Amino acid sequence: MMLNQFLLLAAALFCIGVYGVLTRRNGVLVLMSVELILNAVNINLVAFGAFQDNVMGDVFAVFVIAVAAAEVGVGLAMVLLMYRNRKSIDFSEVDMLKG
Amino acid sequence: MSAALLAQVVPFERPAIDWHAFAPELVLLGFGVLLTSLDAIFLERGRKLTSALAGIGLLAALVPVITLAIDGQDRYLFGGAYVVDNFALVMKALFLLSGYVVVLMSTNYIAEGDYWENEYYGMLVTSILGMILMASARDLITIFVALELLSIPAYLMATWRKRDLRSNEAGLKYYLMGVFASAIMLYGMSLLYGVTGSTVLADIGEVVNEGDSTSISTLAIVFVLAGFAFKVSAVPFHTWAPDTYEGAPTPVTGFLAVASKAAGFVALVQLIFVGFWGRSDVYEPLMWALAAASMTVGNLIALRQTNMVRMMAYSGIASAGYILAPLAVAGDSVAIADESLRAVVTYLVIYAAMNLGVFGVIMAIARKTKSAEISSYSGLFHYAPGLTVAMTIFLMSLAGIPPLGGWWAKFAVFKALASADTVAGWSLAVVAAVNSVIALYYYLSVLRTMWADEAPDGDVSPIRVPASLVAAMALTAIATVAFGVWPPLVDGVADVTLLGAGG
Repeated sequence: MMLNQFLLLAAALFCIGVYGVLTRRNGVLVLMSVELILNAVNINLVAFGAFQDNVMGDVFAVFVIAVAAAEVGVGLAMVLLMYRNRKSIDFSEVDMLKG
Repeated sequence: MSAALLAQVVPFERPAIDWHAFAPELVLLGFGVLLTSLDAIFLERGRKLTSALAGIGLLAALVPVITLAIDGQDRYLFGGAYVVDNFALVMKALFLLSGYVVVLMSTNYIAEGDYWENEYYGMLVTSILGMILMASARDLITIFVALELLSIPAYLMATWRKRDLRSNEAGLKYYLMGVFASAIMLYGMSLLYGVTGSTVLADIGEVVNEGDSTSISTLAIVFVLAGFAFKVSAVPFHTWAPDTYEGAPTPVTGFLAVASKAAGFVALVQLIFVGFWGRSDVYEPLMWALAAASMTVGNLIALRQTNMVRMMAYSGIASAGYILAPLAVAGDSVAIADESLRAVVTYLVIYAAMNLGVFGVIMAIARKTKSAEISSYSGLFHYAPGLTVAMTIFLMSLAGIPPLGGWWAKFAVFKALASADTVAGWSLAVVAAVNSVIALYYYLSVLRTMWADEAPDGDVSPIRVPASLVAAMALTAIATVAFGVWPPLVDGVADVTLLGAGG
């Protein structure tokens, strides 16, 4: 087993996630893309922790998982709010404030 | 078998915890829980109490901060992951006091708007808890948790007017940019952990400063710093700020513009001074570019704003540039590093007073005009001379006119840049000086509207300002003037260092 394989997997997930956040217009898909980035982070942390025989990586990953759940909870609430007020979750329509 | 295994297990010993060092956080946590349970038990009947209780909580948390400051001893907890030193105490006091002013500003606004009061103050106190955690966080995990603890309630507070589409949009944009930036930052942190094998900033500093400049640690540093550049709304990560400031409820805007931004800077300087200080080849050019771009873009776009809140958003972006500027020379020597840190702290403290003051006046005027358009401010001097004078003090201070606090803030930045005596330092000082002149122009044009123009429709009925909002404006005005006319105050506040302690 090589550390590189894990890091490459994480880097690929990270790139897919960034691409998704930047190009997707659907609210739920944007949130899922953010989750992909966070999971790339978790893979990195756990892989580094395992290869260095250091428990801090696992601890960090647990914190990331827990906080990400809270973050996405708030995000889904906002998407729901948007759907109630506009009957649409297309982020490209959110453009009232400009200047 | 199992008995033999159990016998081998070392009994768990709780590490010694310095409860005094944790007292501010615990007091604030207690009041946050109290506010939430008050809401759950008394429901609507609790509404009258919540704002007072939040204010008392913030002031109560200030007491242990003061006793810790009198004690004057640096305290290191959890192997250096949590540090209570002068820097942390000054920033904690700043967060608590600016939080208190935000409570004063919110009291009537939230009560009269028929918003969800109990939850609002619970969120506010939680967010400030995250900020005072951030002031002591010298560890990647602690920084991450503190960042999310202060951000998640702030996302909700920006969206507080649930049925208002503009408030929805403000919160959504803030949230999207916020989670994206924190995800990028986390990826950087994971690489940093991989390179150094530790999450404590002091340990990371030892590995990074050995001159082992691998490209992966460069990438990690850039990602982490970019994540916080979002939080302080530096160009090119600023796009959320004007929309969020305009759409969010005004007290929340003041909170985001001052406390949340200061928290981003606290994390940034801790990372740079304790963690990455030896990698000045990476962060100095980055900070130079961010500072120059923020100052220039912020001021130029502020010139053509017609809405006061949007103008303050761009002025805030420009201020972020001034605060970032000293960091562009921080890595040159230990003396210059201390000088830059002092400049950052001075600017943050004075900026908090004058900027919260501006938002206080904006709220007071909006009580009558229901608008933040600059054109609606015309003739204000004829019917609200007190507010006009207050706004003049704050805007002149922001512009950096001598007898006021803002002058010391700008002076500290220029002094730090000049002390470096390098091409980078001088060129950035020139950019900052040119920008100060541009900023003076748009602040003056607002003041001209207020002092010289006639009131629209000849409506000169006076504005009735509630007592708590008057108190908020008075506190910030006194602080703005006091910092200007009494320099020992500035020196006392800015007597901080991070290098000796952490690196």
